[in-house]
Amino acid sequence: METAHRQHPNYVLIWVYLAILTAIEIGVAFMSHLPKQIIIPALVFFALWKALLVALYFMHLKFEPRKLLILAIVPLPLAAIFVLAAMSEHVW
Amino acid sequence: MAHATATVDMMHPPAPAERGLDVYNNKLGMWVFLASEVMFFTALIGSYIILRFSAPGAWAPPGKVLNVPVTAFNTFLLICSSMTMVKAYAAVADGQTHFLRFRPFSGGLKFWMLATIIGGAMFVGVQAYEYTHLVHHGFLPSGAREGSEVAELVASGVVPAATIGLYGSTFYTMTGFHGFHVTCGVISMTYLYVTKALRGKYSRYDYRGVEVIGLYWHFVDLVWIILFTIVYLI
Repeated sequence: METAHRQHPNYVLIWVYLAILTAIEIGVAFMSHLPKQIIIPALVFFALWKALLVALYFMHLKFEPRKLLILAIVPLPLAAIFVLAAMSEHVW
Repeated sequence: MAHATATVDMMHPPAPAERGLDVYNNKLGMWVFLASEVMFFTALIGSYIILRFSAPGAWAPPGKVLNVPVTAFNTFLLICSSMTMVKAYAAVADGQTHFLRFRPFSGGLKFWMLATIIGGAMFVGVQAYEYTHLVHHGFLPSGAREGSEVAELVASGVVPAATIGLYGSTFYTMTGFHGFHVTCGVISMTYLYVTKALRGKYSRYDYRGVEVIGLYWHFVDLVWIILFTIVYLI
């Protein structure tokens, strides 16, 4: 039975990226003498970059129909609104 | 499934894409579940952020109480298991449902899925070791145990006394719920491995179970990526 062969992304390369980014994160957290105002945004940036790689390539969101992508993204602004609203009451 | 087939296997027809979102129902169901899981973990992470920002003092510095090298290894383990999971998906999508072939060397669905189960089980094992180690040294969900090593760190001012209770409760709540999710994933995947993969019930025409459990597994990995940064490194 012949089947059209699907081209898969280079999953091993994504895995290497994730491992390198994790190593950089640990390096930034412990070996850097930078102030916290720089370290914390940098660590959050690396974490979001890694999360994006997992979502786009391992969860195949990059290759899914646009409507499914919207379904996956919808909770994120809601989550941000929830956190910001709660913070506005207790922090600011 | 997105495969174009020249002929149709009537015993195992391709999973039909449903109207609307153009994906089959099992996958849509998992995505809706994951959307609810985003809100669940947002509640935990959001509470953590609010408690930390409004805490009556500084937070414990990274690496003073928690064992970062062990957890970094555990993070690497989970990233590896995510890679083996997606390799299992790619293998079955290409019709490679075997365990291992040597000429040429290639791992099939059964090999990669087993590697994922072992990776996940090792993650849970390392987390259990971490918890045991932390409790032994006096780091409890309620804070520091009197007379323990962590209590000495608090007494010497290395770890702030005002926030050690919040630190303990938020740490165990977030990592505990994540560990519970990993455990559920390992159990579900073992069930699918034994009842479906080993019995040859997955093929290139129907691998819905592998794809759906894979989505869950990668989500758990994604959550850990965020938790590792905010709990252990910041």
